[in-house]
Parts: sequence; structure tokens; C-alpha cells
Amino acid sequence: MTQTLDYEPNMVLATKTYDVVGTRPVRHDGADKVTGRALYGADFATAGLLHGSILRSPHAHARIKSIDTSAAKALPGVAAVVTSADFGSDSDAVVDLGEGATSLKWLRDNVLASDKALYRGHAIAGVAASNPHTAEEAVGLIEVEYEVLPPVVTVEDAMADGAPILHDDLKTEELGEQTDTVSNVAQHFQHKKGDVSKGFAKADVIVEREYRAKTVHQGYIEPHNATALWNNDGRLHVWCSTQGAFTVRDAMAQLLDMPVSKIRVTPMEIGGGFGGKIPVYLEPVAALLSRKTGSAVKMVMSRADVFEASGPTCGSWSRVKIGGTSDGTITACEVELACEAGAYPGSPVGAGAMCALAAYDIENGTVDGYDVVVNKPKTAAYRAPGAPNAAFAVEQAVDELAQKLDMDPIELRLKNAAKEGTRRVDGPTFNRVGLVETLEAMRDHPHYSAPIGENQGRGVAVGFWFNIGFDSSVNLAVNADGTVILTEGSTDIGGTRASIAMQAAEVLGIPAEDVHPSVVDTDSIGFTAVTGGSRTTFATGWAAYEAAQSVKKQMIERAAAIWDVDADAVDMNRGVISSKSDPELSMTFKELAAQLGSSGGGISGTASVSPTGVGGSFAGNIVDVEVDPETGKTDVVRFTAFQDVGKAIHPSYVEGQMQGGSVQGIGWALNEEYYMNEAGGMDNSTLLDYRMPTSLDLPMIDTVIVEVANPGHPFGVRGVGEANIIPPTPAIANALQRATGTRLFETPMNPVAITAANGD
Amino acid sequence: MKWIDYESPHSVREAVDLLNEAGDRARPLAGGTDLLVQLRAKAYDLDLVVDAKNIPELNELTYDPDNGLTIGAAVACYRIYGNSSVRSVYPGIVDAASLIGGTQIQGRASLGGNLCNAAPSADSVPPMIAYNGVARISGPNGSREVALEDFCTGVRQTVLERGEILVSLHFPTPEANSGANYIRFIPRNEMDIAVAGAGVSVVLDNGSIASARVTLASVAPTPLFVAEAGEAIAGKPATEETARIASAIARDAARPITDMRGTIEYRKRLCEVLTRRALMTAIERAKEN
Amino acid sequence: MPAKTYVQTIINGEHVDLLCEPRQSLLEALRDVVGLTGTKEGCNDGNCGACTVEFDGRIVTSCLVLGVEAEGKEITTIEGVAQGSELHPIQQAFLENAALQCGICTPGFIVASKALLEQNPDPTEHEIRFWLANNLCRCTGYDKIVRAVQDAAVKMQEA
Repeated sequence: MTQTLDYEPNMVLATKTYDVVGTRPVRHDGADKVTGRALYGADFATAGLLHGSILRSPHAHARIKSIDTSAAKALPGVAAVVTSADFGSDSDAVVDLGEGATSLKWLRDNVLASDKALYRGHAIAGVAASNPHTAEEAVGLIEVEYEVLPPVVTVEDAMADGAPILHDDLKTEELGEQTDTVSNVAQHFQHKKGDVSKGFAKADVIVEREYRAKTVHQGYIEPHNATALWNNDGRLHVWCSTQGAFTVRDAMAQLLDMPVSKIRVTPMEIGGGFGGKIPVYLEPVAALLSRKTGSAVKMVMSRADVFEASGPTCGSWSRVKIGGTSDGTITACEVELACEAGAYPGSPVGAGAMCALAAYDIENGTVDGYDVVVNKPKTAAYRAPGAPNAAFAVEQAVDELAQKLDMDPIELRLKNAAKEGTRRVDGPTFNRVGLVETLEAMRDHPHYSAPIGENQGRGVAVGFWFNIGFDSSVNLAVNADGTVILTEGSTDIGGTRASIAMQAAEVLGIPAEDVHPSVVDTDSIGFTAVTGGSRTTFATGWAAYEAAQSVKKQMIERAAAIWDVDADAVDMNRGVISSKSDPELSMTFKELAAQLGSSGGGISGTASVSPTGVGGSFAGNIVDVEVDPETGKTDVVRFTAFQDVGKAIHPSYVEGQMQGGSVQGIGWALNEEYYMNEAGGMDNSTLLDYRMPTSLDLPMIDTVIVEVANPGHPFGVRGVGEANIIPPTPAIANALQRATGTRLFETPMNPVAITAANGD
Repeated sequence: MKWIDYESPHSVREAVDLLNEAGDRARPLAGGTDLLVQLRAKAYDLDLVVDAKNIPELNELTYDPDNGLTIGAAVACYRIYGNSSVRSVYPGIVDAASLIGGTQIQGRASLGGNLCNAAPSADSVPPMIAYNGVARISGPNGSREVALEDFCTGVRQTVLERGEILVSLHFPTPEANSGANYIRFIPRNEMDIAVAGAGVSVVLDNGSIASARVTLASVAPTPLFVAEAGEAIAGKPATEETARIASAIARDAARPITDMRGTIEYRKRLCEVLTRRALMTAIERAKEN
Repeated sequence: MPAKTYVQTIINGEHVDLLCEPRQSLLEALRDVVGLTGTKEGCNDGNCGACTVEFDGRIVTSCLVLGVEAEGKEITTIEGVAQGSELHPIQQAFLENAALQCGICTPGFIVASKALLEQNPDPTEHEIRFWLANNLCRCTGYDKIVRAVQDAAVKMQEA
């Protein structure tokens, strides 16, 4: 059974304790989710429901010459067929839906291609029928005439002279200037600090390498889904699994050219997202089909569709040159990072470039970023998007520098660690951050000094994610029994109902279980941005804090009115309202709640916030791998994840984020990739051949929660969702180097690559 | 999926009639773990599936030392590794039955289905060949037997003719002092298709190899029986050095391709490693018998 | 279109008669015909385990079983795991160990774990990981799931 360990597998290095915050209650939505009652997008049904299916391009790059839908429409059971023409718009206005500005034409074309198919799996037409099998049969009857064009699927090929061009009208933006050059490079930008040539001149040792990371998918277990009903009153209702109900509403308003007030989006339970369930794919098609048929239309992606037609994260090419003096001071670092955007501009290169050198207090640095279109699905966010690509390069270069300087890799990082006041190469100056504390926790952890076996190697790496704030709204209402209803707009992917409710409970001094949180639709709560950027526990939690403060204030005022004293003379602590001067005047939150109806009516509080005090999060890993020297088979035999989380509201779910992000990183490092064939199609678009880690491929993932409070949040919270996926790929590369003596510069570091690199 | 009819006959005769009438518009359904996936991927265009699981002969699982082992074509993996006779007498078959898919797949998938699916990577076929297995087939013209090394004729192609159905797999009782093993290589530890696999059997005679059989998975259009690898070590001492002779021959006999699961070079390398390791395990098992 | 097939089954202890098309999987039959949506679809080719149900005493991926094959069979889905208002110890252990995040894989894991502990009440960590390798989870890294199964095993043996 459970083995006895000489250390604590899940440590919390807490610096401040609270009554509710930092405890581990059972999550509020737990019972529904362990009994199968929770309703996810694909579980939605309504009377008269039609089922949709999508025709997808079999070609990675092709001009669409004609589409003939007549045979599909004639099939018994088929209700409607739609193509891009049904949008009835050719607007190319620039719009921003929270993921950066882009062209409306590109957004629309990604939903249903108009002139060109830009990746295998690109949607061409949609069908609604009485039964999903009939819809699929009808899709097979649509005739499309294509002019097949040569595909380009890597940034290096796409940037080469004479490369096939995806967009005839895409002109490169070069260092802030719009040029007339038509190419696959949408943008080249540079961050700069100091003078790298002077820095390299001071260096005793310089490491310069190129690195490549393959395209990978978020791999959520629930496929994309959407049901739309274009009602007879002209209002559109959408039920779907999304990270942002308001984002879906706003995207639909743009794509369908209708006011947001005519669209209602009900977020169903969501079966994983990791950034991939922010864009709309099926929702607009279901809406067009519903408009044509007058019935609700439901669409669900197949697993192959999820891989081939929803947004993965970018493959990348990068180059790092780093120099240091013999005492271990990094004097200069130069990074180039080119990221796949997929079919339309907008790769995660911007975020990757921000994070590339964030862990280091470097005097001289440059980061060049390139946003490059390729014939793959448009990339979407994936957990710290872009940062793992950058870290796979930088954290290996730093490791190699440590080896050349004969320094311990943690000590080298500590010596150059970014801290409060460090100006990053990309511009901002750090507020209080916890990299030093994270590195010290790594150095002092028993894992770091544990003996290591034959054919094993130990690697370390760190990563940074900046996190975001953005808009959130929360409503609270006090029930007569002293419990509190909490409604919010952040879809709950990993336990945020609990982490938000706990922050309200802490303020009100009541148990977490006495707050009942619900995620509601876009007609029922104020604007709330996506569940992404590790913002939900931070920003929506803050809204809950503010709404609870409002409730607390009103409860104090009500008690004062009942007691006929001045409100300034009443206080509320740990759920007890009492007079500051008269010990006789005291009642519990529950007692007062029971009197609300007879003393002036119910109390509710509401808050809409857009907090700016975002705290970035640093994560680190120590990983031991064991390699079979004959087959190159790699097993992760021990893994410890460290992360500065500011304050863990619910430590179990913080550990869950750290463990889950770590394992996604392990998958990316060792086996996951989009394996592209000559025709530009993905060969391995199944969960059999995409090779995400199974339970049998992993050890327990030990965690150390480091708490360096974020001064910008009432409880010190930093977002915890993303930084944890950054260090695993380089940490594993560094461990493999020590196990085999050979360094690998490309993911996946699979058995084929390991044996090939070891020259036998 | 387009409309498809379903029949569930209760006798071999009935099944043969249904299959014969429909020809290549029908296929038998055992565990369905390959067939249903292929139907959804439109790898086959069928009008009918014939459920084989309600036919008694296809559900038979019997062993006795005189007659050997009979495994009905539709017997699911879990029944095979859950059978104490199979576990003790045919461990090489158990090796394969316990690594096809995961627990849920093993609740449905059958060795007969694995064979008829005729994938080069079929995990159960190399050890079944190692155990001198024979396919018992019934069809419109009666019954016949085919040695398993001759059963698969190409990728997804077998010796089965129109109307024929695989009824069962038969294995003679292994000789005394014999052992067998199947191992495969996958980058994960479960739920994967063999990059390469090796199924071997050996018969020992006073510390020497009396005879040996070597079959490889995933390195040719069909499971690849490398008779010369076994013949080359007959009479040689049962040592790692001897195993290396056979594994080098196996490596040279392999005709793999490069695809998403591995390269030619890597697969050939694996053939050597896996054959050698499987032979050493088989030798150990033989010494215990 | 040809006629649907009449299928008689026992689902979660109740006799259930249903009409399904032969091309419908057991997963589709459970979700779309019977309305038991607790069983989830993640891949439709047997690789993710989200659709795991107990079928004639064995766990299977219901996407790889035809609905018509359920004739005369006994099926247990996630909806049949709890006894009335009483959660099964595995369900309770998943809650207490925070062994779920998004929850989409959870029904499959619970049905599979229940079958494991019924046949092996005291599994090793390796045996748990091996048994559950047909169930993919992308959120948790499996750590807390394995711990929940270990915890449930202890509590079920104490009970």
C-alpha cells in the first residue's frame, strides 16, 4: 500500500494562516461530478433538437473553387446546409476579443473557410439533420472542387525564401513598422536591454544553440461542443463548454453582426480547456444552422476534429546565446523565438518573449520574436502559451552554461535570480516575486540531495508566467439560514467555485460550505473575462472579496440599526457581529441573517472588478529520469514541482494545478507531437498515437507550495494555473543529458531521438 | 456511421451462411475493439456485422495435456489470462493477452479478432506462432486448418475466403523443458501500438537449445516468422551469446518502414534487443519447467 | 430507413427496454436513448476510458460496444454507483482527495476503480496505475486519483 517516505510529498511553505483560506474543504460541485449528474456541453438536450456535422478539408493548403451541397440537402433527414456565404458578410474590420486584435475575416474564415482551406481539418460546410449519423452521411455528399497547393508546416520552412504563401495580403510588420513585404511572417519584434555585444565581450564562457519544440495539443478529454437556438424572438441562445461565456457572446456578436444583448450564452460544465476552449469553432455554425431551420442544433467534435481543427499550441524554432563570467554572473543573453501561429496570425510568441528571460537579472539582453503562419490549425492558448517553447531553449542554455562553469545549476540560477526591482528585458520591473524562495526550496529539498541510480539523471529548470487580471463580477445574497448564495461568471475548470467561495467565506467569517457558488449565464451576471491567464482565483476571487466586504458592511449597518447604535461602533469578526463597547450586543452571522426579513429586508452584495495588482508566478522542477540504454525508453522516476503561488486558497487544488501542469510538460517533453505527413496532414490525430501520459507512465508528482504573498491581492494570491507547465521540458532535457551524456535540442525527446542522438 | 445491419447467429453454420451471402459487405464482430473503430473511420464499407459472441464454439476455452489448448475465436483476453492452465502452460500467450489495450479493451478484445484484423503490429500473433498455433476455419465448403504463420497474407489481409469464419485457435501442448515469451516496445507503458515486438519459444535439452521459434511484430506487412533465427541456434548452449546470434538474424530479417511510431533504423535495433531479451526470458521459463 | 432493434437490458439494477439503431454504440444508447449522460465520450475509439461502464461483470469502453449487443446484459453506469443518498466509498474518496478537476474523466475512473477494488481489495500503487491505464486524465497528473483509490481501499477494508 502507501509506502513510507522520509519526507512530506506535498509541502505547503505557508507564511500566513487564515480561518478558511488555506484549508481543504470538499468542493461545492463535487457531488454532481462524482455521480455523473454534472451536465457538460454534450449532455445538453432540448425538444426538437437537430444534430450538426462539419465537412472538413482533406487538404492542408488548397484554394476552394466551388462547393456543391445539393446532394447533401436532398438526403432524407437533412434540414439545412451552411457555408461561409451564410455569414452574409465580407467585413475585414479589426476586432479584439481578449486574445489580441485580429481581422474579422480571419476569425470568420477559421470558422468556415471562404476562399482557401489552410489546414487539413479546416471547416468548409455544416449540415443539420435529424440524427448525428445522417448529418455525417450528408457531409460525405457535399462536393468541393479544390486547387491543391503545396503546404508548409514548420516556421523554418514558412520563413524560407520561396516558401508557399498562405495569405496573399499578409504583409510583415517589422520592428513596429508596417512593410510591403508579403510573407508568412506576420510580425517581427524585439525586446532590448543594455548592450549584448558589450556583455558577451565580458563573458568567459559563451553557449550558443538552436532548439526546436513540436506543436502539441492541450488534450482536454472533452471534445468541443455547442448547441444553438435562434429563437423566434430574434434572440440567440448558445449552450457550450467554454472558458469564457462572455467571450463566446462577444465573438458571436462580431461574427453574426448582431448586438451582444441579443445573445445569451449558458456555459455548461467544461471538461478541460487549458486555453484551448476560448475561441469559437462550432458555436457560429450551429447558430447559422439554427437560423435556417428554426430548431436548436447541437454539434460535437470528434477526437480527430479536436486535434486537426481546434487550436493546439505552437511548434517553434529558437536560438539562444548566453555568456557568463567564471564567477557565474550572466553577462548577456540573446534569444530568437519563432512561433507557429497556425493558419492565421497570432501565435503565442509575444507571451513567450515576455517570459523568455524573466527569471534572470541580466544587464544585457535581447529577445527577438517572430509570428509565423503555417498550414496547421490556428493556435490557441495552452497553459502559459509560448513560455514553454522559450524555456525549453533558455533553461537548457543556462544548464549548459552551469556545466561549462562547473557550477551547480541551482546556485547559478540563484546568483542571477530576478527579484523585486529587477527590470525585465521586455520592460516591466518586478514587484515582489518569489523566485529566490522557490530556488532555495529546491536546493534544500531532500530530492535534490537524494542518491541517484544507474542510467538515471537529475535535471532542474525554472519558469515564469506573468498572469493576468481583467474583469470579473460576483453577486452575493444572504439566505435567512445564514448561508450565502454566490453567483459568478467564471467557468469552473479545476475547482474555482471553491477557491472563489472560500474568499467570500473568509471575509464573512462563515464556513466555506455555507457559501453556495454557481456559474451563471451571460444574462445573469456582470461581464467576466475568460477563465485563463491564471486569473480566476485571483480576479474573480477578488470580486468575491469585494462583494463580501459589501455584505459585511451592510450586515454591520443592519445590526447597528437593530441595536440602535452607530454603525461605527459595531464590528464583525469571524462571523460574529458585536458592539465594540457593549459586550451584551453580539450576534452571529446566522442569527442576524434570520432577522433580515423583519428588519428591513434581504442583503446582497455585488462587485465588478478589474484588478491591476497581478502577481507573476515562478515554478521550478527537480526531475529524475531513467533511460534504457538499449532502447532509449525514458521513465520519469521522481518528480518534484515547486511554485510560488502567493497564497494557496485551497492547497489541494493548487497541488492539482502543479501536478497537472507538470504532467502535461512531461508529455510534451517525451512523446507528444503533431506528427505531420508530406501532404501537411497530422498522422496521429487519435489518443492512441498522440501519446499523452497514462497513469502507468508516471510516479507520484510531489509538490512544494511556496508562499510569497502577492502585495497586489487581499490574500496575496498569485495565479497558479500556468507557470507549472514551463519547467518540465527543459528539466527533463537537462536530466536526460546527465543520464546519457547527450543533450537533445528538440522535442519530443522520444526513444527514437534519444538513440539517434547517442549515435548508435 | 452509415446504416448497418446486425445479426447474432447461434451456430457456426448460421454465421457462415450470413457471411457467405453478404460476401465482402459483411464482417464478423468479436470484441469490436478494432472493427467498430474501423467502421467509424470508413476503413470498411459494410452492410452487415455478424456478432460471433453467441456461437458456442467461438467461446470455447479448454485445455488438456493430451489435446492441447483451444481458444474460441471470440474469447476475450481477460478470460485467457484469467485461466490458470493457460497461465501455467502458455505464459507467452498470457504476455500478449495482458498487454493488448488496457483493462477495458481486454474485457472485449479477442485473440481471434487480433489475428483476423491482420495488423502487422498484432501483439498476440507472434507468441501464438511461437506456440505452433493453428487456425481452425469453417466455411461454405467445410472446415480447414491453417498454421498461424501462414494466416496473414498482407496488411489487413488473411487466408479467409468468402463465407469463412475463424472458429478457434489451437495449440499443441508444449514439449517438456520449453518456454516462451512475448515482449514489445512502446514509448509509453500501456495503451500503445508496438513499435516492434518479438514472440519466441525455445525447447531446451541439457542446457542447449533443442529448437526455437522467433516471430516479429510491426516490422513487415504481416507478423514476420523468422524461421532461420530459430534454426541457427538449434544445438547451441542456452546463453546470452546464443541469443545474440538469433537476435542478429531477426534484426536482418526485419523489413520495417518509417512512420509516426518509429524509423527503419530504430525498429531494426529494437528487433535485436527484443528478440534477445525475449529469448533470455523464454530460456529462464524453460529452465523452470 | 430500416427498423430499429428492440433491446432488453438491466441497467443499474432496473429492467430497461430500448430501441436502438444497430450502428449506435452502447455509449450512444445510454446517453441519447436512455438519457444517462453521466457516461462521457472523449475519443470514441476506446483510448480515453471516459465511457467506461460495467458490462456483464467486466469494465468496457462503451463506445466499442454496440447498443444491440446489450441484449440480455447487465450494465452498471456511474449513475448506479452510489446507493441512494449514500456515496460509494470511492466517490467519497475522490471528493476528499481532490481527485478531480474538470470532472469529465471522473465517471470513467470511478467505475473502473470500483471494479478494481471489487476484485483486488488491496492493490499496490503499480496495480492501480496498471488497471487505470485505459483511463486518461489530463488535469490531475493522476497523483490524487491514485491516492483516492488507495484511500478508498483502506476505508473499504476497514468497513
